Amino acid sequence: MTEPTLPDGVERREMDGENRLATRGEPVYGEPTAGGWRAWDPRRSKLGGMLELGFDTGLCGGETVLYLGAASGTTVSHVADFAGPTYAVEFAPRPVRDLLDAAEPRDRLFPLLKDARKPQTYAHVVEADVDVIVQDVATRGQATVAVRNAQFLADDGRLLLAIKARSEDVTAAPDEVFSEALDRLRDAYDVLETRRLDRFHEDHLGVVATPK
Amino acid sequence: MSNDTAGAGWFETGPPDDRDAARNAIDSGDADGPEDWPARAVDSGFAEDESAYYDALHDATLHATREAVEERERADDQQLIHGVRAMDDCERTANELAERAIEWAGSLFDDVEPGIEGAREVAEREPTGEIEERAVSLAARAADVSDERDAIAATIERVAPAVAPNLAEMAGPELAARLIALAGGLESLAKKPSGTVQVLGAEDALFAHLSGRAPSPKHGIIYTHEYVRGTRPEDRGSAARALAGKLTLAARADHYAGERRETLHDDLRERMATIRGRADGPNGGDGSEGATDGDESEGSR
Repeated sequence: MTEPTLPDGVERREMDGENRLATRGEPVYGEPTAGGWRAWDPRRSKLGGMLELGFDTGLCGGETVLYLGAASGTTVSHVADFAGPTYAVEFAPRPVRDLLDAAEPRDRLFPLLKDARKPQTYAHVVEADVDVIVQDVATRGQATVAVRNAQFLADDGRLLLAIKARSEDVTAAPDEVFSEALDRLRDAYDVLETRRLDRFHEDHLGVVATPK
Repeated sequence: MSNDTAGAGWFETGPPDDRDAARNAIDSGDADGPEDWPARAVDSGFAEDESAYYDALHDATLHATREAVEERERADDQQLIHGVRAMDDCERTANELAERAIEWAGSLFDDVEPGIEGAREVAEREPTGEIEERAVSLAARAADVSDERDAIAATIERVAPAVAPNLAEMAGPELAARLIALAGGLESLAKKPSGTVQVLGAEDALFAHLSGRAPSPKHGIIYTHEYVRGTRPEDRGSAARALAGKLTLAARADHYAGERRETLHDDLRERMATIRGRADGPNGGDGSEGATDGDESEGSR
């Protein structure tokens, strides 16, 4: 596998006899660790899947990140390990309890109990011109969420988006759902790369985009 | 507080070093768009440098989010049950008091209208004499209790989606709260079979049926849902069964996972479109929503 794009702070390490993506930080969800590095499971993380599949994410480490749909913090904890200031937005209280545990030892990870569909409710906290938006929300209108949050992204910033077909329409064919979502996305973004994440996540499309 | 603080950063609305002010600002503040908050915080003297700003932000967001999560979780199903019962008591009491006050006032004044609105009008009057004073005061109490009922309803609207996001979205906050109250809690609702949920609130009819005196009830409190009430009578049993099935799954998702499950809502919409499609003739039942053209023909099933 070619690896053109692993950001600084993300490495392949030998763990349990396997060559695995890993970041350096406090363990969060019982993942295997070795020498301060913690395995990043591409099956549990869309962004992990995108890195494993060799997406050109443009990540190089140290970025300011807005993470939408942080859930219990599995992926965002890895992001905070290699990125700079990381804002983690999640709306459901239950998973946020775990997110708080992940944020506690990470002094540049900022957890927010907010609805990603309503950016005005956190625009007074999240700074302008972030380098990267990572989005993994499982609600209808995922592309609309990305469009509404484009205001946070720097002109040369990247959107790293995982679209879940079943969240949009359970009955439609995933390809149709994806092409509709991409159309909506193009209201605010130029789409740079899209690929299915099926090897790790069924019926998901990974998208890399940049503001228009 | 959103008006005077719109456009201000979270750190600009309270005194620095006040964690609760910061918590409040993060929780309920807003802004039309983001700004370079770190730079503004340093310029305004809130933080010495960017690094100090991020330290303060980490501290503030952890505190604010922890408190917000606790508050959302404290608003539990039992509070919702108290709320819905108190709301019903207020409504009943307000109506009773209003009726009494109106009857009394009608013997003292001309042009007294019935109901809560009538009581409100009586409450506005200037009483002369002790008896009028009592009647007007009683009308004012009735209006107050009715206001309390509305205030409780507004609280239920806000709290129910936090307690049971899927159930509240599917049933509406009030019906969600009523179902939880009838079951005795979210957990017991989650453990009920959907056939029981379908007839919650129709216990009288159910026991009449079980003792052989009546047909089985098609629906209980879920009759108030538009999916049941708005479906033609011959399909209401199917609609009630479909709705109850998904409400049960919604209650389980809320109790055991606590996260929104979009597919549940999609499945129900699709199923309802199919059921309602039956009313639309031979091509009905294809699941297309809004198929309401008057293409009525018989013997299509």
